[in-house]
Amino acid sequence: MKRIFPHPMLSAALFLAWLLLAGGVALNSLLMAAILATLIPLATQAYWPGRPQIRHPLRLVSYVALVLWDVIIANIQVARIILFMPADRIQSAWITVPVDLPCPEAIALLAGTITLTPGTLTAEFSADNKALLIHALHAPDPDATRDEIKSRYEARLQRIFR
Amino acid sequence: MLTYALTFAIACFALALILNLWRLATAPTMPDRILTVDTMVINIIALIVLYGAKAQSAVSFDAALLLAMTGFVSTVAFCKFLLRGGIIE
Amino acid sequence: MSLGVEILISALLVIGGCFGLIGSFGLLKLRGAMQRLHAPTKATTVGVGASLIAAALATYMATGVANWQGVLVAAFLFLTAPLSGLMLAKAHRHLDRPTVPPTGTGAPWAGERPVKP
Repeated sequence: MKRIFPHPMLSAALFLAWLLLAGGVALNSLLMAAILATLIPLATQAYWPGRPQIRHPLRLVSYVALVLWDVIIANIQVARIILFMPADRIQSAWITVPVDLPCPEAIALLAGTITLTPGTLTAEFSADNKALLIHALHAPDPDATRDEIKSRYEARLQRIFR
Repeated sequence: MLTYALTFAIACFALALILNLWRLATAPTMPDRILTVDTMVINIIALIVLYGAKAQSAVSFDAALLLAMTGFVSTVAFCKFLLRGGIIE
Repeated sequence: MSLGVEILISALLVIGGCFGLIGSFGLLKLRGAMQRLHAPTKATTVGVGASLIAAALATYMATGVANWQGVLVAAFLFLTAPLSGLMLAKAHRHLDRPTVPPTGTGAPWAGERPVKP
Protein backbone atom coordinates (compact mmCIF):
# COMPACT_ATOMS: atom_id res chain seq x y z
CA MET A 1 0.00 0.00 0.00
CA LYS A 2 2.78 2.41 0.92
CA ARG A 3 4.61 1.61 -2.32
CA ILE A 4 1.60 2.52 -4.45
CA PHE A 5 0.57 5.58 -2.40
CA PRO A 6 3.71 7.11 -0.85
CA HIS A 7 1.77 10.20 0.25
CA PRO A 8 -1.89 9.40 0.95
CA MET A 9 -2.76 13.01 1.87
CA LEU A 10 -1.21 14.31 -1.38
CA SER A 11 -3.15 11.69 -3.34
CA ALA A 12 -6.40 12.73 -1.66
CA ALA A 13 -5.69 16.42 -2.30
CA LEU A 14 -4.92 15.78 -5.98
CA PHE A 15 -8.07 13.66 -6.37
CA LEU A 16 -10.21 16.41 -4.84
CA ALA A 17 -8.47 19.18 -6.82
CA TRP A 18 -9.10 17.39 -10.12
CA LEU A 19 -12.75 16.85 -9.30
CA LEU A 20 -13.11 20.55 -8.43
CA LEU A 21 -11.34 21.52 -11.64
CA ALA A 22 -13.52 19.23 -13.76
CA GLY A 23 -16.59 20.54 -11.95
CA GLY A 24 -18.46 17.30 -11.36
CA VAL A 25 -18.31 13.66 -10.39
CA ALA A 26 -18.84 12.10 -13.83
CA LEU A 27 -17.21 8.71 -14.41
CA ASN A 28 -14.50 10.01 -16.73
CA SER A 29 -13.37 12.74 -14.30
CA LEU A 30 -13.33 10.20 -11.43
CA LEU A 31 -11.10 7.91 -13.53
CA MET A 32 -8.75 10.74 -14.53
CA ALA A 33 -8.59 11.93 -10.91
CA ALA A 34 -7.68 8.41 -9.75
CA ILE A 35 -4.94 8.12 -12.41
CA LEU A 36 -3.44 11.52 -11.50
CA ALA A 37 -3.68 10.84 -7.75
CA THR A 38 -1.67 7.65 -8.28
CA LEU A 39 0.90 8.84 -10.81
CA ILE A 40 1.89 12.29 -9.52
CA PRO A 41 2.93 11.16 -5.98
CA LEU A 42 4.91 8.30 -7.56
CA ALA A 43 6.66 10.62 -10.01
CA THR A 44 7.55 13.20 -7.35
CA GLN A 45 8.44 10.64 -4.66
CA ALA A 46 12.17 11.13 -5.16
CA TYR A 47 11.89 14.83 -4.22
CA TRP A 48 9.82 14.23 -1.07
CA PRO A 49 11.34 11.25 0.71
CA GLY A 50 9.97 11.87 4.23
CA ARG A 51 6.48 10.95 5.35
CA PRO A 52 4.78 13.31 7.80
CA GLN A 53 3.13 11.38 10.60
CA ILE A 54 -0.26 12.92 11.29
CA ARG A 55 -1.66 11.67 14.56
CA HIS A 56 -5.04 13.35 14.57
CA PRO A 57 -6.49 14.25 11.15
CA LEU A 58 -9.60 15.65 12.86
CA ARG A 59 -7.51 18.07 14.89
CA LEU A 60 -5.94 19.22 11.61
CA VAL A 61 -9.44 20.13 10.38
CA SER A 62 -10.17 22.11 13.56
CA TYR A 63 -6.75 23.78 13.23
CA VAL A 64 -7.61 24.92 9.69
CA ALA A 65 -10.94 26.29 10.95
CA LEU A 66 -9.13 28.19 13.74
CA VAL A 67 -6.65 29.66 11.24
CA LEU A 68 -9.44 30.75 8.86
CA TRP A 69 -11.20 32.52 11.75
CA ASP A 70 -7.93 34.18 12.79
CA VAL A 71 -7.35 35.30 9.19
CA ILE A 72 -10.61 37.26 9.27
CA ILE A 73 -9.77 38.86 12.65
CA ALA A 74 -6.23 39.61 11.43
CA ASN A 75 -7.53 41.34 8.34
CA ILE A 76 -9.75 43.64 10.38
CA GLN A 77 -6.80 44.50 12.68
CA VAL A 78 -4.42 45.17 9.77
CA ALA A 79 -7.08 47.22 7.97
CA ARG A 80 -7.53 49.37 11.09
CA ILE A 81 -3.76 49.87 11.37
CA ILE A 82 -3.52 50.86 7.69
CA LEU A 83 -6.49 53.22 7.79
CA PHE A 84 -6.31 54.93 11.17
CA MET A 85 -2.76 54.74 12.52
CA PRO A 86 -0.30 57.49 11.50
CA ALA A 87 2.62 56.01 9.59
CA ASP A 88 5.24 57.19 12.09
CA ARG A 89 3.48 55.56 15.04
CA ILE A 90 3.58 52.03 13.62
CA GLN A 91 6.21 50.07 15.56
CA SER A 92 7.52 47.28 13.37
CA ALA A 93 9.81 44.64 14.81
CA TRP A 94 11.86 41.63 13.79
CA ILE A 95 11.13 38.71 16.11
CA THR A 96 12.91 35.38 16.46
CA VAL A 97 10.57 32.51 17.24
CA PRO A 98 12.26 29.29 18.37
CA VAL A 99 10.32 26.29 17.06
CA ASP A 100 10.31 22.70 18.25
CA LEU A 101 8.46 20.70 15.61
CA PRO A 102 9.38 17.22 14.43
CA CYS A 103 9.13 17.48 10.62
CA PRO A 104 9.62 20.08 7.84
CA GLU A 105 5.96 19.80 6.85
CA ALA A 106 4.85 21.02 10.30
CA ILE A 107 7.32 23.93 10.17
CA ALA A 108 6.03 24.90 6.71
CA LEU A 109 2.47 24.81 8.06
CA LEU A 110 3.46 27.03 11.02
CA ALA A 111 5.27 29.48 8.69
CA GLY A 112 2.23 29.70 6.43
CA THR A 113 -0.05 30.25 9.42
CA ILE A 114 2.14 33.06 10.70
CA THR A 115 2.12 34.82 7.33
CA LEU A 116 -1.67 34.61 7.02
CA THR A 117 -2.49 35.79 10.57
CA PRO A 118 -2.30 38.99 12.69
CA GLY A 119 0.20 41.45 11.23
CA THR A 120 3.06 38.96 11.15
CA LEU A 121 5.06 37.56 8.26
CA THR A 122 7.61 34.75 8.07
CA ALA A 123 10.78 36.12 6.49
CA GLU A 124 13.39 33.40 7.04
CA PHE A 125 14.16 30.18 8.85
CA SER A 126 17.39 29.17 10.52
CA ALA A 127 19.82 26.78 8.86
CA ASP A 128 19.10 24.05 11.43
CA ASN A 129 15.28 24.40 11.24
CA LYS A 130 15.04 25.43 14.89
CA ALA A 131 13.96 29.06 14.59
CA LEU A 132 11.82 31.30 12.39
CA LEU A 133 12.49 34.98 11.67
CA ILE A 134 9.22 36.86 11.55
CA HIS A 135 8.43 40.50 10.89
CA ALA A 136 5.56 42.11 12.80
CA LEU A 137 3.75 45.11 11.36
CA HIS A 138 2.80 46.63 14.71
CA ALA A 139 4.23 44.95 17.80
CA PRO A 140 4.81 47.24 20.81
CA ASP A 141 5.61 44.10 22.82
CA PRO A 142 7.54 41.59 20.65
CA ASP A 143 7.79 38.97 23.41
CA ALA A 144 4.00 38.81 23.75
CA THR A 145 3.66 38.24 19.99
CA ARG A 146 6.19 35.43 20.16
CA ASP A 147 4.49 33.78 23.13
CA GLU A 148 1.09 34.00 21.44
CA ILE A 149 2.40 32.26 18.30
CA LYS A 150 3.99 29.54 20.41
CA SER A 151 0.96 28.87 22.58
CA ARG A 152 -1.78 29.37 19.97
CA TYR A 153 -0.34 27.64 16.89
CA GLU A 154 2.82 25.72 17.70
CA ALA A 155 1.35 23.83 20.66
CA ARG A 156 -1.57 22.69 18.51
CA LEU A 157 0.76 21.59 15.69
CA GLN A 158 2.88 19.64 18.17
CA ARG A 159 -0.19 17.67 19.15
CA ILE A 160 -1.14 17.00 15.51
CA PHE A 161 2.27 15.88 14.24
CA ARG A 162 4.22 13.15 15.92
CA MET B 1 -29.29 45.65 -4.71
CA LEU B 2 -27.05 42.93 -6.05
CA THR B 3 -26.29 44.99 -9.15
CA TYR B 4 -25.29 48.00 -7.04
CA ALA B 5 -23.07 45.88 -4.77
CA LEU B 6 -21.43 44.28 -7.81
CA THR B 7 -20.76 47.68 -9.37
CA PHE B 8 -19.37 48.94 -6.06
CA ALA B 9 -16.97 45.98 -5.75
CA ILE B 10 -15.79 46.35 -9.36
CA ALA B 11 -15.22 50.07 -8.79
CA CYS B 12 -13.21 49.29 -5.62
CA PHE B 13 -10.90 46.89 -7.39
CA ALA B 14 -10.52 49.22 -10.40
CA LEU B 15 -9.52 52.04 -8.03
CA ALA B 16 -7.12 49.62 -6.31
CA LEU B 17 -5.52 48.93 -9.70
CA ILE B 18 -5.03 52.66 -10.31
CA LEU B 19 -3.40 53.01 -6.85
CA ASN B 20 -1.16 50.06 -7.77
CA LEU B 21 -0.12 51.76 -11.02
CA TRP B 22 0.81 54.88 -9.04
CA ARG B 23 2.85 52.75 -6.64
CA LEU B 24 4.50 50.96 -9.55
CA ALA B 25 5.63 54.29 -10.98
CA THR B 26 6.96 55.61 -7.65
CA ALA B 27 8.22 52.42 -5.96
CA PRO B 28 11.65 53.01 -4.38
CA THR B 29 13.06 49.47 -4.56
CA MET B 30 12.95 46.41 -6.81
CA PRO B 31 11.14 44.07 -4.32
CA ASP B 32 8.49 46.81 -4.00
CA ARG B 33 7.84 46.70 -7.72
CA ILE B 34 7.54 42.90 -7.69
CA LEU B 35 5.14 43.14 -4.75
CA THR B 36 3.07 45.73 -6.62
CA VAL B 37 2.85 43.55 -9.72
CA ASP B 38 1.82 40.62 -7.51
CA THR B 39 -0.92 42.75 -5.94
CA MET B 40 -2.06 43.87 -9.40
CA VAL B 41 -2.41 40.21 -10.45
CA ILE B 42 -4.56 39.50 -7.37
CA ASN B 43 -6.74 42.55 -8.05
CA ILE B 44 -7.14 41.51 -11.69
CA ILE B 45 -8.20 38.01 -10.56
CA ALA B 46 -10.91 39.62 -8.43
CA LEU B 47 -11.99 41.80 -11.38
CA ILE B 48 -12.24 38.78 -13.71
CA VAL B 49 -14.30 36.84 -11.16
CA LEU B 50 -16.62 39.80 -10.53
CA TYR B 51 -17.07 40.32 -14.27
CA GLY B 52 -17.98 36.64 -14.53
CA ALA B 53 -20.64 37.16 -11.85
CA LYS B 54 -21.96 40.20 -13.74
CA ALA B 55 -22.09 38.33 -17.06
CA GLN B 56 -23.36 35.18 -15.27
CA SER B 57 -20.83 32.90 -16.93
CA ALA B 58 -18.75 30.23 -15.23
CA VAL B 59 -15.88 30.45 -17.74
CA SER B 60 -14.25 33.31 -15.83
CA PHE B 61 -13.21 30.99 -12.99
CA ASP B 62 -10.91 29.10 -15.38
CA ALA B 63 -9.28 32.35 -16.47
CA ALA B 64 -8.88 33.41 -12.82
CA LEU B 65 -7.23 30.07 -11.95
CA LEU B 66 -4.78 30.35 -14.86
CA LEU B 67 -3.90 33.93 -13.91
CA ALA B 68 -3.39 32.93 -10.26
CA MET B 69 -0.94 30.20 -11.30
CA THR B 70 1.10 32.28 -13.76
CA GLY B 71 1.11 35.25 -11.37
CA PHE B 72 2.47 33.18 -8.50
CA VAL B 73 5.15 31.51 -10.64
CA SER B 74 6.28 34.82 -12.11
CA THR B 75 6.54 36.43 -8.64
CA VAL B 76 8.71 33.58 -7.39
CA ALA B 77 10.80 33.68 -10.58
CA PHE B 78 11.39 37.43 -10.21
CA CYS B 79 12.47 36.96 -6.58
CA LYS B 80 14.73 34.07 -7.53
CA PHE B 81 16.31 36.32 -10.16
CA LEU B 82 16.98 39.03 -7.57
CA LEU B 83 18.38 36.50 -5.09
CA ARG B 84 20.70 34.58 -7.38
CA GLY B 85 20.92 36.41 -10.70
CA GLY B 86 19.36 33.43 -12.47
CA ILE B 87 15.98 31.75 -12.57
CA ILE B 88 16.83 28.11 -13.28
CA GLU B 89 19.63 26.55 -11.27
CA MET C 1 -33.59 34.61 -5.32
CA SER C 2 -34.56 35.11 -1.71
CA LEU C 3 -33.86 38.40 0.01
CA GLY C 4 -31.59 36.85 2.66
CA VAL C 5 -29.23 35.33 0.11
CA GLU C 6 -29.18 38.57 -1.84
CA ILE C 7 -28.21 40.53 1.31
CA LEU C 8 -25.50 37.95 2.08
CA ILE C 9 -24.00 38.17 -1.43
CA SER C 10 -24.14 41.97 -1.42
CA ALA C 11 -22.45 42.15 2.00
CA LEU C 12 -19.69 39.81 0.81
CA LEU C 13 -19.16 41.92 -2.31
CA VAL C 14 -18.95 45.17 -0.33
CA ILE C 15 -16.55 43.64 2.23
CA GLY C 16 -14.38 42.15 -0.51
CA GLY C 17 -14.19 45.39 -2.45
CA CYS C 18 -13.31 47.41 0.67
CA PHE C 19 -10.54 45.00 1.70
CA GLY C 20 -9.05 44.96 -1.81
CA LEU C 21 -8.98 48.75 -1.82
CA ILE C 22 -7.48 48.92 1.71
CA GLY C 23 -4.72 46.49 0.68
CA SER C 24 -3.70 48.62 -2.27
CA PHE C 25 -3.99 51.80 -0.20
CA GLY C 26 -1.70 50.27 2.43
CA LEU C 27 0.84 49.61 -0.30
CA LEU C 28 0.95 53.36 -0.88
CA LYS C 29 0.72 54.56 2.72
CA LEU C 30 3.06 52.33 4.71
CA ARG C 31 6.74 53.26 4.96
CA GLY C 32 9.55 50.77 4.58
CA ALA C 33 9.61 47.78 2.25
CA MET C 34 8.92 45.21 4.98
CA GLN C 35 5.86 47.10 6.25
CA ARG C 36 4.46 47.33 2.74
CA LEU C 37 4.79 43.55 2.42
CA HIS C 38 2.09 43.16 5.09
CA ALA C 39 -0.68 45.07 3.33
CA PRO C 40 -1.36 43.04 0.17
CA THR C 41 -0.59 39.55 1.48
CA LYS C 42 -3.43 39.90 3.96
CA ALA C 43 -6.00 42.43 2.87
CA THR C 44 -6.20 41.13 -0.68
CA THR C 45 -6.51 37.50 0.42
CA VAL C 46 -9.76 38.22 2.22
CA GLY C 47 -10.81 40.71 -0.45
CA VAL C 48 -10.45 38.17 -3.25
CA GLY C 49 -11.79 35.36 -1.03
CA ALA C 50 -15.02 37.23 -0.24
CA SER C 51 -15.43 38.22 -3.90
CA LEU C 52 -14.95 34.60 -5.00
CA ILE C 53 -17.55 33.28 -2.56
CA ALA C 54 -19.98 36.01 -3.60
CA ALA C 55 -19.42 35.36 -7.32
CA ALA C 56 -19.83 31.59 -6.91
CA LEU C 57 -23.06 32.10 -4.91
CA ALA C 58 -24.40 34.61 -7.44
CA THR C 59 -23.65 32.30 -10.39
CA TYR C 60 -25.29 29.40 -8.56
CA MET C 61 -28.37 31.46 -7.77
CA ALA C 62 -28.66 32.73 -11.33
CA THR C 63 -27.97 29.54 -13.29
CA GLY C 64 -28.67 26.76 -10.78
CA VAL C 65 -25.34 25.10 -11.54
CA ALA C 66 -23.02 24.72 -8.54
CA ASN C 67 -19.57 26.03 -9.39
CA TRP C 68 -16.75 24.65 -7.29
CA GLN C 69 -13.82 26.13 -9.19
CA GLY C 70 -14.01 29.25 -7.05
CA VAL C 71 -13.03 27.10 -4.05
CA LEU C 72 -9.98 25.97 -6.00
CA VAL C 73 -8.96 29.55 -6.86
CA ALA C 74 -9.38 30.63 -3.21
CA ALA C 75 -7.42 27.61 -1.92
CA PHE C 76 -4.65 28.30 -4.44
CA LEU C 77 -4.41 31.95 -3.39
CA PHE C 78 -4.30 31.01 0.32
CA LEU C 79 -1.57 28.43 -0.31
CA THR C 80 0.62 30.68 -2.46
CA ALA C 81 0.34 33.95 -0.49
CA PRO C 82 2.80 32.83 2.25
CA LEU C 83 5.24 31.55 -0.39
CA SER C 84 5.39 34.77 -2.39
CA GLY C 85 5.60 36.72 0.90
CA LEU C 86 8.57 34.60 2.00
CA MET C 87 10.34 35.01 -1.36
CA LEU C 88 9.78 38.78 -1.37
CA ALA C 89 11.11 39.06 2.20
CA LYS C 90 14.17 37.04 1.18
CA ALA C 91 14.76 39.32 -1.82
CA HIS C 92 14.40 42.40 0.38
CA ARG C 93 16.86 41.05 2.96
CA HIS C 94 19.26 40.10 0.17
CA LEU C 95 19.26 43.62 -1.32
CA ASP C 96 18.82 45.96 1.66
CA ARG C 97 20.51 43.94 4.44
CA PRO C 98 18.44 45.15 7.44
CA THR C 99 19.80 44.21 10.85
CA VAL C 100 17.89 41.23 12.24
CA PRO C 101 18.14 39.48 15.63
CA PRO C 102 20.26 36.31 15.91
CA THR C 103 18.68 32.85 15.63
CA GLY C 104 19.47 31.90 19.22
CA THR C 105 20.28 28.33 18.18
CA GLY C 106 23.89 28.78 17.14
CA ALA C 107 23.18 28.22 13.46
CA PRO C 108 22.91 31.17 11.03
CA TRP C 109 19.75 32.13 9.15
CA ALA C 110 19.34 30.08 5.99
CA GLY C 111 20.77 31.94 3.03
CA GLU C 112 23.40 33.70 5.17
CA ARG C 113 27.01 32.77 5.27
CA PRO C 114 28.09 31.57 8.73
CA VAL C 115 29.77 34.29 10.76
CA LYS C 116 33.45 33.65 11.26
CA PRO C 117 34.47 33.73 14.96
